[in-house]
Order: sequence, then C-alpha cells, then structure tokens
Amino acid sequence: MSSRKSKSNSLIHAECLSQVQRILRERFCHQSPHSNLFGVQVQYKHLSELLKRTALHGESNSVLIIGPRGSGKTMLINHALKELMEIEEVSENVLQVHLNGLLQINDKIALKEITRQLNLENVVGDKVFGSFAENLSFLLEALKKGDRTSSCPVIFILDEFDLFAHHKNQTLLYNLFDISQSAQTPVAVIGLTCRLDILELLEKRVKSRFSHRQIHLMNSFGFPQYVKIFKEQLSLPAEFPDKLFAEKWNENVQYLSEDRSVQEVLQRHFNISKNLRSLHMLLMLTLNRVTASHPFMTAIDLMEASQLCSMDSKANIVHGKSPALFFKLWFLKL
Amino acid sequence: MAHYPTRLKTRKTYSWVGRPLLDRKLHYQTYREMCVKTEGCSTEIHIQIGQFVLIEGDDDENPYVAKLLELFEDDSDPPRKKRARVQWFVRFCEVPACKRHLLGRKPGAQEIFWYDYPACDSNINAETIIGLVRVIPLAPKDVVPTNLKNEKTLFVKLSWNEKKFRPLSSELFAELNKPLESAAKCQKPVGTKSKSAESPSWTPAEHVAKRIESRHSASKSRQTPTHPLTPRARKRLELGSNPQMSQQTSCASLDSPGRMKRKVAFSEITSPSKRSQPDKLQTLSPALKAPEKTRETGLCYTEDDEASPKRCMILRTRISAWKTIDIKEERILTPIRGGQKSSVMPSVILKPENIKKRDAKETEAQNEATSTPHRIRRKSSVLSMNRIRQQLRFLGHSKSDQEEKEILPAAEISESSSDEEEASTPPLPRRTPRTVSRNLRSSLKSSLHTPTKMPKKSLKPKTPRCATPQIRSRSLAAQEPASVLEEARLRLHVSAIPESLPCREQEFQDIYNFVESKLLDHTGGCMYISGVPGTGKTATVHEVMRCLQQAAQANDVPPFQYIEVNGMKLTEPHQVYVQILQKLTGQKATANHAAELLAKRFCTRGSPQETTVLLVDELDLLWTHKQDIMYNLFDWPTHKEARLVVLTIANTMDLPERIMLNRVSSRLGLTRMSFQPYTYSQLQQILSSRLKQLKAFEDDAIQLVARKVAALSGDARRCLDICRRATEICEFSQQKPDSPGLVTIAHSMEAVDEMFSSSYITAIKNSSVLEQSFLRAILAEFRRSGLEEATFQQIYSQHVALCRMEGLSYPTVSETMAVCSHLGSCRLLLVEPSRNDLLLRVRLNVSQDDVLYALKEE
Repeated sequence: MSSRKSKSNSLIHAECLSQVQRILRERFCHQSPHSNLFGVQVQYKHLSELLKRTALHGESNSVLIIGPRGSGKTMLINHALKELMEIEEVSENVLQVHLNGLLQINDKIALKEITRQLNLENVVGDKVFGSFAENLSFLLEALKKGDRTSSCPVIFILDEFDLFAHHKNQTLLYNLFDISQSAQTPVAVIGLTCRLDILELLEKRVKSRFSHRQIHLMNSFGFPQYVKIFKEQLSLPAEFPDKLFAEKWNENVQYLSEDRSVQEVLQRHFNISKNLRSLHMLLMLTLNRVTASHPFMTAIDLMEASQLCSMDSKANIVHGKSPALFFKLWFLKL
Repeated sequence: MAHYPTRLKTRKTYSWVGRPLLDRKLHYQTYREMCVKTEGCSTEIHIQIGQFVLIEGDDDENPYVAKLLELFEDDSDPPRKKRARVQWFVRFCEVPACKRHLLGRKPGAQEIFWYDYPACDSNINAETIIGLVRVIPLAPKDVVPTNLKNEKTLFVKLSWNEKKFRPLSSELFAELNKPLESAAKCQKPVGTKSKSAESPSWTPAEHVAKRIESRHSASKSRQTPTHPLTPRARKRLELGSNPQMSQQTSCASLDSPGRMKRKVAFSEITSPSKRSQPDKLQTLSPALKAPEKTRETGLCYTEDDEASPKRCMILRTRISAWKTIDIKEERILTPIRGGQKSSVMPSVILKPENIKKRDAKETEAQNEATSTPHRIRRKSSVLSMNRIRQQLRFLGHSKSDQEEKEILPAAEISESSSDEEEASTPPLPRRTPRTVSRNLRSSLKSSLHTPTKMPKKSLKPKTPRCATPQIRSRSLAAQEPASVLEEARLRLHVSAIPESLPCREQEFQDIYNFVESKLLDHTGGCMYISGVPGTGKTATVHEVMRCLQQAAQANDVPPFQYIEVNGMKLTEPHQVYVQILQKLTGQKATANHAAELLAKRFCTRGSPQETTVLLVDELDLLWTHKQDIMYNLFDWPTHKEARLVVLTIANTMDLPERIMLNRVSSRLGLTRMSFQPYTYSQLQQILSSRLKQLKAFEDDAIQLVARKVAALSGDARRCLDICRRATEICEFSQQKPDSPGLVTIAHSMEAVDEMFSSSYITAIKNSSVLEQSFLRAILAEFRRSGLEEATFQQIYSQHVALCRMEGLSYPTVSETMAVCSHLGSCRLLLVEPSRNDLLLRVRLNVSQDDVLYALKEE
C-alpha cells in the first residue's frame, strides 16, 4: 500500500519535475523580457523614457548601451521595447529595425535589411533592389520625406554596434545619426556594444552627430544581490499548477541559498565572473541532476556542477589520456 | 509599298501650276506654284513658294510648320515625284524637353520658332503638304499674343538651333514679313463652283469640310500616326510598347474619365450648330470606306498573318465603343464652328470664352503630353501612359472631328477614326518625308539618310524611378510639448531650425557676398570652407542659400539652381556625378556617362543657362587616387560658360595642401574660409537665443555647459545635447519633490559628467574579483619586466601568486583565459587572438595610473 502510494507520489513528482525543468530551462536559455531587472532600474528608466519620447513626441535620439558581455544589454532593450509596445497608441505607430553587426557585415546588406524591415520594397515595386547607390539614395530620400509630427517614428536597434563602425566610411552610421540630428523622420538609433572605447571608433563627424548619450550596464551588484538573483532564478512562479510542489521547491531553494557550502560555491563563481550567463550555466547543470528519485536540489549537486564548470580544459585532456600517450606527449614536448 | 501611291491619287491630287523652270545645274524642274485638289471636295488650295504650309507629321494636332522655299519635280526616279524644299519651324512641344527651360518663359500657345539647324532635312515630299497657315513674325520686343481668335495663326519670335533660343535677325524678320500679303490673297478659296460659297456664313463649314478631307487623305495616304501627341511623346510610345498593346489599352480606356472631362469641357459651348451640305460629305464617305479594306490588308504586312484576325477583332470592339461615344457626343456637343482649324477665315467671330477654353485645354493636353517623356518605361507605367494619351487623343479628336460627327452617320466616323488609329501604329521616323529621293543632291545625301531632326537620343532608358518613397505616416499625431521643459527640449534639439544663426554673422556675410557677386557677374568660382564638426558650416551655407533663393524670387539676384551633394551620403566617390546630374536635370546615368554629360554641359561653349550653385559637403570623401573628381569639380567653374559656383565643406583646414595634387588645389583657388570652434560666450549666446524668453535654465547652468563644451571641442551639437539631457535629468528628479522646473547647475553637471566621463574606471571598479586581480597581475608583470607588453604565460604566473597571497582559490588556466578574453572584449586590454593560447600577448588599453586608481578605491 505504502509502496503504491510512494509510486504514485513519484509519478506526480516526475510530472512536476518535467514542468519545473521546462520552466527553468526556458528562463536560463532565453533572455525572456519577463524576468526581473537586477540593478538596472535607472538605466531602464532612461532608455524607456527616451523611447517614449521618440514614439510619442517624435523626438529623434541616439543612444549607446555599453556593457560587458552578459550584462543584460539585449534584455534591457527588449524589456523597454516590450513595455513601449504595450502602450496602445504607440504599438501601431512605431517601426522597428533590428540590425546585427555580425549579420549585416557591410552597409549594402544593412541597407537592404532596413528596406526590407521598413516594408519599403512594395514601394520599389517589382524591381526590389537596385544598386547599392540607388538603394542608399532611395532610403535617404524616404527618410528625408518625413517630418517630426507626421511621420511614423523608426527605432533602429544596432546590435554589435562596434562592427558597424568598421564599415567603409561609416556611411550607415553617419546617415543614421545625421537623420537623428536633422528635421526628418524621427528616429531613435540605439546601439548595443560591449566595447568601452566605442566612441573612439567613430569618425569625428559621425561622433559629432551622435548625441553622446551612453547607458552603461556594468553588473554593479555585490555578492548579497548575487545570492538574491540565484534565489529568484531558481524559484518557481506563483502560477505553477501544483501549488504544493512549488511551495516545497521554493522552500528548498530558500534553504539552499542559506546553506554555507552553497554560498561558498556561489562566492567562488561570483569571484570569477559577475556575468549572469555563467550563473545560468551553473544552475542549468545543477538542474540536470534533478530526477524523480532525487526531486530537490542539494548543495552537493551545486558543488559538482560548479566543478564541472570550472574544469581546466587542458588538464582534462591530459587526464583522459592513457599513460603511454601521456609519456608520448611529454616526450614530444621535450 | 506599291499600293500607297494608288490610294494616294484617289484622295488628293497635287498638280503643278504654271510652267516649269529648268534648273540648269541640277537636273530637275522647279515650279512656282502648286495646286492641291481634293477629291470629293470642290475647293483647291494654291500654294506658292514663300508661303507657310502645314506638313503632315506624327502629330495630327500639331502638324509641322514650314516655309515653302522651292517646288520641283524629281525625275531621277522613274515614277516622278513632287518634291519641295522647306524651311522648318518648330513648335515648342517639338523642342526636346530637357532644353525647354532654356526659353526662360512660358511659350505662347501658338508660338513657333524658326528652326535654325542646317543639318535638318529640308527636302520633303510635296504631297505631304496639308495646307496653308498664317505665320506672323514678331519683333523682339513684341509680346506673343495669347487668347487669339484664330488658332491657325502662328507667331514666330525666336529662332531655335537645338542649343539656344535667339531673337530673329532683322533680315530674317523682313523676309518673313514679306509673304504675308500674298498669302492672304491666295488663301481665298478657289472653289467658287461650290454652292457653299454663295453665302459667307457657309464658308467656315466648307473649309472645315476641306480640312476634314485633307485630314483623311493624310491619314489614308500613308500610315501616319495621328495622335494628338507631341512627336516626342509619340516616339517614346512607339519604342516602349508594341502597337497591339496600345490598341488594347485604347479600347480599355474608352470608358475612362476622359469622356467625362470632355463632357464638362464642351457642355458649356453654346454656339448654334450649323449644317453644311450633306452631299459633299456623302461623297466622301464611300470613298472613306473603300480604301479601308485595302488598308486593312496593307497593314498586315507589318504583322504576322495570324495577328490580323485579332486586329480586326480589336477594331470591331473599338468601333462599338466609338459609337457609344459618338452618340453621347451628338447629344452633348454643340460643335464649335468657324475659327477652329480654318486657316482661311480669320474673320470668323467666335465667342472669346470658347476659344479661351479650348486654348487652355489644348495647352493642358500639350503639357500633359510633353511633361511625360522622362518617365519610366516599365510595362505598367507604359500602360497607364497610353491610357492618358488615349484620353488626350480623344479630346483632340472630339475637337477636330466634331463637324464630321455632326453630319456623318456615327458608324462611318467611328470607322474612319479608328482607321486613323490603326494607321497610327507602324512607327515612322520623325519628320522625314515618306519617300526619300535619292541622289537628288549629293550634298543632301548624308543628311537624308540620317535625319538629324530626331530628338536627341542621349536620353537613356530610365531605370524605374519609384513613386516617392516614404515612411508611412503615423496614425496618431505626435504629442505637442506640454511643459516648459518639454518645450525647451524641443527647441534645443539640433534639428530645430533657428530663425537666425547667431555668432556666424561674419561668415554668413562673406559667403553671401561671394555667391551673390558670382551670380551677378554671371561667372563661376570655388570656395573652400573648413572647420571642426559642429561649428555651423553646413547650417550657414544653407542659410545663405535660403536667403539667396528669397532674393532670387524677389528678382534681386538672377535666378540660380542650387544643388547639394554630401560625400558621406555616397556609396562611392564617383557617384557624385550621378547625383549632380540627377539633381540638375533629373536624368539618371552611370557614373562615367554622368561625368561626360556634366563635362559637356559645363565645358562646352554656348550653353546658356542660369548659374548653378553646387554645395559639396564632406569634400574629403571625394578623394580618389587620381583625384579626378576634385579636379573636375574645381575645373568646371573655371570655364566661362559653366557659370558654376562650387562651395566645398570639409573638416580639415589644410585639406588642399595635405591631400590634393597641386593642379587640383591650384584650381580650388584661395577663397577659403575657416569656421573657428565656438567660444564659450558664443555657445552661451546660441543656447539663450534658442531658448529665448523660455525660462527653463538657470543662467549659471547654461554657462557651465557652454564653458565645458568650449573647453573640450566647441561643438554646438554637443552643447545642445547636453542641455537636452539636463532637462531630462531635471524632469526626472523633479517628480519627487515639488521643485521649480528649472535646470540647475547640479543637473547640467550631471549631464556633462554622463557624456564626458570615461567609463573605464567604473568598468574596472565593477569587474569581478578575479578580473581585478588579473589586472593587478598585469601591472606587476609590467613593473617586473619594464615593458608595456607581456605574454599570457607571464601574467598567469603573477596571477597565481597574487591569488595565493589574497587567499583566493587556485585559478585554472581556462578560468584565467576566460577572464582575459572578457577584459579583452571590453577593450580594457588589448589582446591577440586567443589561438596563440599561452603565448598571446597582452597590453593595457587604459593608462596604468587609471587602473591603479580604480583598484585602490576598494
């Protein structure tokens, strides 16, 4: 009887666990704009105000979001755009153009992409794209036609902004910034980059046209906040179907965060990198150890995952070899 | 083509009057007078040498006008041909569209130009002459009369030689004046036997009948296009569309708004309708019918056999459509009598408003037709163009064919008019007589074979110019500023155009004087303007141009054309030619071709034009290895005829010395101007002039910003941006307490810091423990080695020692490498690509002091 009960219990657990893993993995892998913002409220406010002004007042702007990798630049802009689009009068009044320096490797491709995303090809008719020069003058003319009050604002988001600065003559950047500084179609140019010396990459006339607004994301949180993030990232949301299980899970997470050895692991990880992505990696590995028979995470799981993370790759190679091969390698090196 | 002459003979007979005079040198006989007799009509037209004649052309509405110089018979070929030599006149619509602006005014509706172009073929078939026309020469000071009673009177005031319009010379003027009296005499109808001549009130009808006939004969005798289009537009049509398509579209467009237009246009015409003798026209109608069959077959020679049934079908549908139209017209139209088309009776009185209306309409139609040639030749556009043309044609026909329609059975008319349209399809060279006499005159030979009165073929087929591109407009209006701070922000935006440019008065005056003097002197010149970014170079030039354009409108300075190109807005330096050409003439061409065209335009003598002012922004980007672009830009103004003023803008003061070859910089000349960076007081003045009486800033706050910016760059854009940011910070902080909406020093200080502070130190402060210790290790290694560069291996050993000292866990190589590349991606370090592994070299991208300062803080 009791064995049957435990069996059904474990079945329920298994179901719940698969759900938990799905939810948490989604959280770790995708930078969903639903997650909370950690310590970037000021920057967020700045950015969303700026976007709103472009959308509602038709004020042209340009801004750079600068921060090291994994500091949440993309999350910030996605968050801000999502909030902007939730405003009713904005949603159909704003055009977005997303460019990535790794994809649009030169201005020609970038212009085509802009034309495509602005749905301007239908204006061009059957002859979709002419030469590069035609395309540029076409786009410039299109953007020049508008004015502050009547045209639909366009938000340009340039991911990996520093790569655009390597384009020939920085034509695209010059023109985008020039539009943002002249009485044409209202635009907001938002650049995302991890390079701190980005302004030195810009040519002086391009730099002069840039408004010099910079939003820095520096992961400026301390360890206590890091632990808080760890807790929040692992906690199940209130709308989880099995309330009982969720409560138990969250209790366990709370207990974990107060555990000494867990804190040690986290401290070590924090010392190496403040990057939230590396924390996600750690949690992902821990989560994978959770099974039906072992439904709640323990400190040991975390420690083992941490070991996996901080494994020295070269030492690994050497450890994996047979002694003979090892000697061979040693011999060769000598 | 044997069937043409036979048909021709039945329609209209041309006969010589008087005895032939044998020309000794050339073996042909010349005559003084010719008689044109039309079958089915009792009138005869006598045409004498020296009179002005209308000659059939592509365009039925505007037949060619010429002065008859010589009549002769060419007997070199077995079938003798009547030939004539003429002096051409051109109508304004025959002038190439790109040259029309050279006239500099609106042409009169009936103005023609003496065609002073010897290369044009003046030898025509005498049987293409339609009739006489009255041409009145005007002295240069005379004004071309508008609203004329008689449409058949044309005026000549200027001559046109394919390059420029010139006033008529005095002897030419006298010569043109001479034949007027004789012409008036002989234009009297000779057909006294016609009953219609009995009462003077009938004469107009009679002439109209005659006119109809000649029209018909014209259209039958050869397959002349009879569109009321300008020849130019017609030509495009021929090139761009196959005949079948144009016919189909013509059918399709029958029920298009053209009819409506016509209805409106004619419904007000209320002159009483007059009936002319039906017998005359009835004799005409069978004759009309008869050759139609032959034409049908005659047409087919251009087409495949299988195409002909289709054609017939099209014809049939058209006929029915025409019928409906005619019925409509008979109901609506009360045709105008008299003045229209009658070259004979200038005395016929017409109600002025009718005439005016017609004139207006005609010019409108003409404008419509003539404004189109520079268009696209895409399929769809050709289709729509054809539709428009078709409508125009109907307009024209309804006017010219009214008389016919009134009398003839509707079907007959429709057939005949559709015939005309059928006949219009085969392409014909422009203004070349149908049959060219060979070896008439050896000198003429070449010009005969290459009729040079073709429109200039330089116009390349256009790539489709899209309909005006535009970002879609917003559905919700932009919010207007609500608070003082928002208003201030709007005014402080760089894009806001101030009424005046403070602190640049001297520069403004200099540039203005320079350009104005060049405009007044009708010469050209170059000016080089330099200055660091954000000092108002482009803004000042724009302001100058705005003022000059206003002055030009007020006639203070001669009119000029202003063109602007920006080196940064080009994909490639040579594109500058394309842009200039496109803005100058609307033409599109490849870079090389555009360069040639521009060189031709600016460097060849005798191309009168208004002065062109060219602004070249970001000049340094037009640098090429050969410097040919800069050379050309500065060379063109040196040509006297070019009348080109080039204003160039660049950032660097010594650009001419630094990058230009001597021959280029020498052409640039010494007219240089340098825009100094703004001083702090100037910046302050700019800010306060923008804000005006708006009280949003504390004076000290403005001054602080101005001083900061002046110390750093003197860039006005920066200044405005900082102030704008300061208003935002103020607004943000204001929400909490109820402080007055004034930007204080603290706010502007914060904005300045935000914009100018280096982010390196904060980045180091916020980096992780391991990253910081790695930076320390680098410093230690640098100190140890005394070099500014170290390999990863060296730094790693230092790093391990440091970690041990600080009680951190032992860092593995992988971890340290990750830290290193992380710092490298932020550009705190400069690192080699990581494939070098342990041997990759590392440098600091920040000064060591900064790193020490940032690390010490903790």
